[in-house]
Amino acid sequence: MSAVSALAGVQWRSVRLNRGTMVACVLAGWVLLFGFVRGHDTLSLASADVNGLHTRLNDLNASVGANRNSNPLFVYFFNEIQVGATHLVTAFQALLSQPANGRPLPLIGWLGVVAIATLLSWVFGNVKVALLALVGFLFIGLQGVWQPAMDTLALTIAAVFISLLIGIPLGIWAGLSDPFHRVLTPLLDFMQTMPTFVYLAPLTLLFLIGPATGLIATLIYALPPVIRITAHGIRTVPIGTLEASRSLGSTRSQALVKVMLPMARRTIVIGINQTIMAALSMVTIAALVAAPGLGQTVVQSLESQDVGTAFNAGLAIVIIAIVLDRVTTAASARADVNGRGRSGNVGRFRRAALIGGTVVTAVLVYLSYTYELAASFPDHLTIGSRRFGLDLGSSIIRASTSATNWAQRDLHSITDAIKNTVTYQGINPLQTLLDSSPWWLTFAAIVLLALIIGGVRAAAVAVLCLSLIIATGLWQDSMDTLAATLLATVLVMVLGVLVGVWMGRSKRADQVIRPLLDAAQVMPSFVYLVPFVALFAASRFTGVIAAVVYAAPVAIKIVADGIAGVSPTTVEAARAAGSNTWQIITKVQLPMSIRTLALATNQGLIYVLAMVVVAGLVGGGALGYDVVAGFSQSSLFGKGLAAGVAIVLLGILLDRITQAAARRADASTHTYR
Amino acid sequence: MGRFTSSSCGRSAVRRLSVVAVAVSMAVLAGCGGAKVGGTSSTTANAGGTSSGTAKKTSCGTFNLADNPWVGYEADVAVIQYLAKNKLNCTVAVKHITEQVSWQGFSTGQVDAIVENWGHDDLKKQYIDNTHVAQDLGSNGLKGVIGWYVPPWMATAYPDITDWKNLNKYADMFKTSESGGKGQLLDGDPSYVTNDAALVKNLNLNFKVVQGGSETALIQSFRTAQQNKKPLLAYFYSPQWFLNEVPLVKVNLPAYTAGCDSNAAKVACDYPAYVLNKVVSTKFANSGSPAFALVKNFFWTNEDQNVVAKYIAVDKMSDEAAAKKWVDANPAKVNTWLNGT
Repeated sequence: MSAVSALAGVQWRSVRLNRGTMVACVLAGWVLLFGFVRGHDTLSLASADVNGLHTRLNDLNASVGANRNSNPLFVYFFNEIQVGATHLVTAFQALLSQPANGRPLPLIGWLGVVAIATLLSWVFGNVKVALLALVGFLFIGLQGVWQPAMDTLALTIAAVFISLLIGIPLGIWAGLSDPFHRVLTPLLDFMQTMPTFVYLAPLTLLFLIGPATGLIATLIYALPPVIRITAHGIRTVPIGTLEASRSLGSTRSQALVKVMLPMARRTIVIGINQTIMAALSMVTIAALVAAPGLGQTVVQSLESQDVGTAFNAGLAIVIIAIVLDRVTTAASARADVNGRGRSGNVGRFRRAALIGGTVVTAVLVYLSYTYELAASFPDHLTIGSRRFGLDLGSSIIRASTSATNWAQRDLHSITDAIKNTVTYQGINPLQTLLDSSPWWLTFAAIVLLALIIGGVRAAAVAVLCLSLIIATGLWQDSMDTLAATLLATVLVMVLGVLVGVWMGRSKRADQVIRPLLDAAQVMPSFVYLVPFVALFAASRFTGVIAAVVYAAPVAIKIVADGIAGVSPTTVEAARAAGSNTWQIITKVQLPMSIRTLALATNQGLIYVLAMVVVAGLVGGGALGYDVVAGFSQSSLFGKGLAAGVAIVLLGILLDRITQAAARRADASTHTYR
Repeated sequence: MGRFTSSSCGRSAVRRLSVVAVAVSMAVLAGCGGAKVGGTSSTTANAGGTSSGTAKKTSCGTFNLADNPWVGYEADVAVIQYLAKNKLNCTVAVKHITEQVSWQGFSTGQVDAIVENWGHDDLKKQYIDNTHVAQDLGSNGLKGVIGWYVPPWMATAYPDITDWKNLNKYADMFKTSESGGKGQLLDGDPSYVTNDAALVKNLNLNFKVVQGGSETALIQSFRTAQQNKKPLLAYFYSPQWFLNEVPLVKVNLPAYTAGCDSNAAKVACDYPAYVLNKVVSTKFANSGSPAFALVKNFFWTNEDQNVVAKYIAVDKMSDEAAAKKWVDANPAKVNTWLNGT
């Protein structure tokens, strides 16, 4: 066994060596030529300038605004959707967060919400996650942000509800039909990588300012995961099982309902989980078009640089996310168990407990409807003559404010040195090579690299994407963004491998680090931007760091799963053969999870690209700044839209190259396994 | 047998548990403050309650007020909202949105008023001149001063830095990793008017404009610069609450003269003083709402706004408390605003 894997390692390395040499040759040739032609044909466009395409897009935007009240498309289509979406959100708000039916408070008070959340977590998950839901929701109450948190929950539930309503059928269809899958994939790519800032302002023309636009913006970003993963679940149902059912005479629809859906249930629940996470990551952006909730608290407190209050609200978002994540994950595990059936004994006990739980919950919901104390979360309790404070929020705000102040006062000289080193040694040279080479040189070099790393199809995609980027008129900005993206991805992968290997090898490390990774992924980036600017100034490096914070968790989790998935017998065999820990990691565990590393790189890149716009808010410049400027100045709208398209194109380019590389790595490991 | 016992035992345990839970929660609620929702002790006002003495003004209806994302604007909104709600009995719907989205709101009928507009000639042209959905209500009394600023420690250490002619002398000091060997001039939120790139070129300054990308980045940069005594030259403006915390010092560019900024590419003079104005939707102007009269009369000074902005941003008062404090202290001014409502 170990001999076979050692052989795999050798073979793999020799393939990699050849490819590595070729990559090095291309890079050397590029740098050499760069010396002669630097600064020519760079297709630059100053930050306030626009081209013909951008102006035409501006005009289009203006005419939509001018004609929206007379155009039948609006009167009979968009307005109807707007009304429907508003009703849906308002209905959930009436239940959870806003005064309803002439009452000063929502229909279900905090006690009822906590009870329902706990019951549902227990019914669909298990006792452990039910306890987590109970503690999590109570904590949000103690933070003093119950009402905005419920607004956020209402909007999230509405968005997830619609996502599932549309997404699961589409996902099933895409799972069954190859042509539909091919048509849908680029559209989903577009929905996930197009920065929301680009279409947020025009969206308010279509669906007006308020919850409807917030809902639809959230939907655009949150819908793709459930479609993709449902399709994947249907596609991976083993052929053998399907054929068996067919040979027993099932029709196509019977096979779907009786075989495919039950077998894909676990995967579909993971899709729901990802959709919920995506919806929660839109909370702050939705606040920019007056969608209610915790995002409002974050955005408004940052107007006066109040990091403490913003952090408190961000923490509530993190808690909601972690509760929903753990509950849906537990639900997917249970879906697996349910699929295999269970003994009648446990079932009967469960039924009894279920009835009891439902009765208790119903009573608590009624109490929370009726009594003020159970309806709006109290900030203190008076029992007898003693007063018990129920306010954790103030302490959290104070602590995070003083932590921020300490960091920006005492760490500044160190962080400034780090920023300067990385910028002068990393960002500046890479960016100069990409953006000061003539476009044709950079173009040719990227296509050649795509050819070597990913093959002919990847090279063809590169030609197409780069040509379209030239057509957007934002070549130089795109190259600057590409440079920052590549550098951020390198940092993400360094962290991914270091922390991922650690977590993959130690269960305890995994238990401690994983919640932190979840927090980094869902904490609104706006919250930590202020301290980051204090530490690293308004600079491209700050943009890179923000992207790393968001993207590294994904890469780390994927690497950790890959390492943990390496067969223990192989590791044992290597250890028996006298390998030390370092050798086991570098010679066995990493080479055997090469496919996972490629996947982590791919996801790292996509997540880094998702932060380009955020980087633009803190000095990242380039495409991110263009998008931000387009959102705030109507004369730059067209340029912002073009920049958004350029980001999508960069995303497709990098995604296809890394995916092709991953497939190759997979093929080479599989051949020798 | 075993199976039967365990299930019946489970069921009775659950039942007992639920009875206890219900009893305990009932007792807690009844015992301590069992106030009913919507009952008399309710803190929130009745929806549409007109029982108080101000019932004569019921024609206001809903007033849709845009709240753009900076604290000064929030101060305007706080005071107007307070008066519209408490004196005119309006239902005020405050919408937290950016400037461009606010203007779009005029055409969709969702925004009645913007009460602190900084320039935006392109939007004026589209919404006031071309589609007539909005009207200019003139000055709100605030004077917007845009310019280049340095942190106060620099003005003390290098007194002559406030004259643009000396900027090149100090350019090296302002070098950063972002400015490509030149001095850095930091710009902020792209929604604000700027001629900075042209100014640097036309005044032959050895500086490069670096895009900070947001007001947050700009303020934080100034705060750090003052705290750590680091050099910084950046675009900034008044009125702004942050000037109460760190009194930035303005660098004097060649004085503004009428028309010196007419050719955007050739600009070589300072920014003009902006008269910040109020814009309302035509529909709102014709509605006869008392809130319209309030917006029309609304007129205060940079100092007034700074006081309220400080209550909100520095003293962390709620918008309503900040507004009440200022309104109670300035009855004369408030009365002129309420005239004709």
